[in-house]
Amino acid sequence: MTPDHLTAADLQTSLGRRIRSQTVRWLFMGAAAVTVLVSALIIWTVASGAWTFISQVEFTRLTDIGWFPRRGLFDLTTLLVNSAQISVIAMAVAVPSGFGAAFYLSEYAHPRVRRVMKPTLELLASVPSVVLGVFAISFITPSILTNFFSEINFFNKLAAGIAVGLLVIPLIASISEDALRAVPQALREASAGLGARRVTTSIRVVLPAAMSGLMAATIVGFSRAIGETMVVTIASGGGDTSLYNLSLFESGGTLTSAMAALGLGTDQVAGNNLAFQSLFFLGALLFAMTLVLNMVGDVIVRRLQNRY
Amino acid sequence: MNPEKALMTQEPDARASDVSDAPDATASDVPATAATGVHARIDVSGVVSGQRPEAGTVFECAEVDVYYGDFRALRDVSLDVAEHGVTALIGPSGCGKSTFLRCFNRMNDLIEGARVEGTVNYYGVDLYQDEVDPVEVRRRVGMVFQKPNPFPKSIYDNIAYGPRLAGVKRSALDDVVEGSLTRAALWDEVKDRLKMSAYGLSGGQQQRLCIARAIAVQPDVVLMDEPCSALDPIATGRIEELIAELKTEYTIIIVTHNMQQAARISDMTAFFSVQANEMGHRTGELVEYAPTSLIFTNPDDPRTEAYITGRVG
Ligand SMILES: Nc1ncnc2c1ncn2[C@@H]1O[C@H](COP(=O)(O)OP(=O)(O)OP(=O)(O)O)[C@@H](O)[C@H]1O
Ligand SMILES: [Mg+2]
Repeated sequence: MTPDHLTAADLQTSLGRRIRSQTVRWLFMGAAAVTVLVSALIIWTVASGAWTFISQVEFTRLTDIGWFPRRGLFDLTTLLVNSAQISVIAMAVAVPSGFGAAFYLSEYAHPRVRRVMKPTLELLASVPSVVLGVFAISFITPSILTNFFSEINFFNKLAAGIAVGLLVIPLIASISEDALRAVPQALREASAGLGARRVTTSIRVVLPAAMSGLMAATIVGFSRAIGETMVVTIASGGGDTSLYNLSLFESGGTLTSAMAALGLGTDQVAGNNLAFQSLFFLGALLFAMTLVLNMVGDVIVRRLQNRY
Repeated sequence: MNPEKALMTQEPDARASDVSDAPDATASDVPATAATGVHARIDVSGVVSGQRPEAGTVFECAEVDVYYGDFRALRDVSLDVAEHGVTALIGPSGCGKSTFLRCFNRMNDLIEGARVEGTVNYYGVDLYQDEVDPVEVRRRVGMVFQKPNPFPKSIYDNIAYGPRLAGVKRSALDDVVEGSLTRAALWDEVKDRLKMSAYGLSGGQQQRLCIARAIAVQPDVVLMDEPCSALDPIATGRIEELIAELKTEYTIIIVTHNMQQAARISDMTAFFSVQANEMGHRTGELVEYAPTSLIFTNPDDPRTEAYITGRVG
């Protein structure tokens, strides 16, 4: 039916409806603003605490024999080395098994197998990290590692690294599997049609096509590993103090476990020289590291995507 | 010698060349063409290396049924495919043309739950017997898909992919790439940008690239599943010319929805149709298989006539 005479008023919505949609709009905007505000608040708190520390600490104290905040010794190298060692061990565990699991699930597993294995993997992802920390000291070290390394400490970086690795496997496996499954089936068919076996197709076609996703998985896994706190606090036993050492069989605190110990404040940390402020400094450092890591990851991912 | 041997899984060292770039000794010793690269590793019988009869039969299909799980997509198809000809498969959508085409190189193996019954003989060898390795079959029976599916690699690497798998020497690859692209009528358009991504090509160019990639391994047969469905008339014309040229060397089986195309390029035409049974299952079947000129002028079956004249059956 054609209207005789159409005016703008005919096409307007009712006032009530307009008010309602405006209200909803403001509510959503408020929610978005809160998250931004909270992030800004966190950054400000951490940064100002870190600044207090940096501006008051004697710089020689940053490169001393170890991390003894209550004695005013803040050797960063100790923590950085321990963090790096544990994360690298974790990645050595998590990358091969994560990629392996992802390739198996995406390229080889029968759908029926996948239906069972995928949830199992996700179950591993839902194990609380404190449980894995306990697993490290109650099983990994006493039942496995002591058989190979008799001189190993009860608390040690190796077990902590392995446990963090176990924690990261499902994360890497799941992101990688998504990346592999996103590779179009048409490419696998093209490869098979040219007489390629499944391994060949996986390595020469699927792997390069999914490379950016696999890199992303690795980087996300690494920042997760370096930020992991509970497992290292329990298993590596660094706690509030640790002496500089390179041995994987010794205990040692990381950036995160040192922060946890400071935050618990068992020895009236607060108010005691700069120890409490160092907590913020470590936090800022960790934050900066993960940020850089993610940015580097972004660049790599983008570069790989642009190559073709 | 026994033609069956050629399709069996090869000795372990030949298989290893799949994964590494370094092929086994036999492969790298042979002169530098894709064809010899492919076949040298294999115990070649007279049948495969070209002493076959002039107008031999490449495929003999007998009572082929294809199932997807419990669903029977295709029933009781029997037909023979002659060498060095173009065989067109036509019929309404969903009648099982692609399904049937994929039987010739065991591509249905890739689909979970797909099952082929009956026999598909390739030069007398039943492709579906246990000893036959589908990978060896696919090296002889190449495929071009409905949608162009180049690898996300350079133009060069796309073409070189198959020959590399077959163990063609690095020094010979350049010639193989040029030869294949030339035969696919693409060389002049891409010769200056071989190292650039295949994704930078137009749809028609990509499809010709896929054809070049398929013929780079010197297959005996090229299967084409609606190769022109995504192309404009000019690109389609190019590909039709190409098919006419290729059939002097290869056996071609092509699925097409375009009646004129089937009439123009094919020697034999198979018309498929779907039959719904009393339970509503739609199963494809072969209605008529005859020389193309006959199918289009004087079909036996009224359903064929209805279909080709546009009164879809
Ligand atoms: N992977 C699959 N799983 C289950 N059923 C399938 C699968 N592929 C095809 N089918 C079914 O098999 C029948 C034949 O499909 P096919 O793709 O062979 O038809 P077609 O003749 O090639 O059709 P079109 O002309 O549309 O490409 C259809 O009913 C389809 O739904
Ligand atoms: Mg089809």
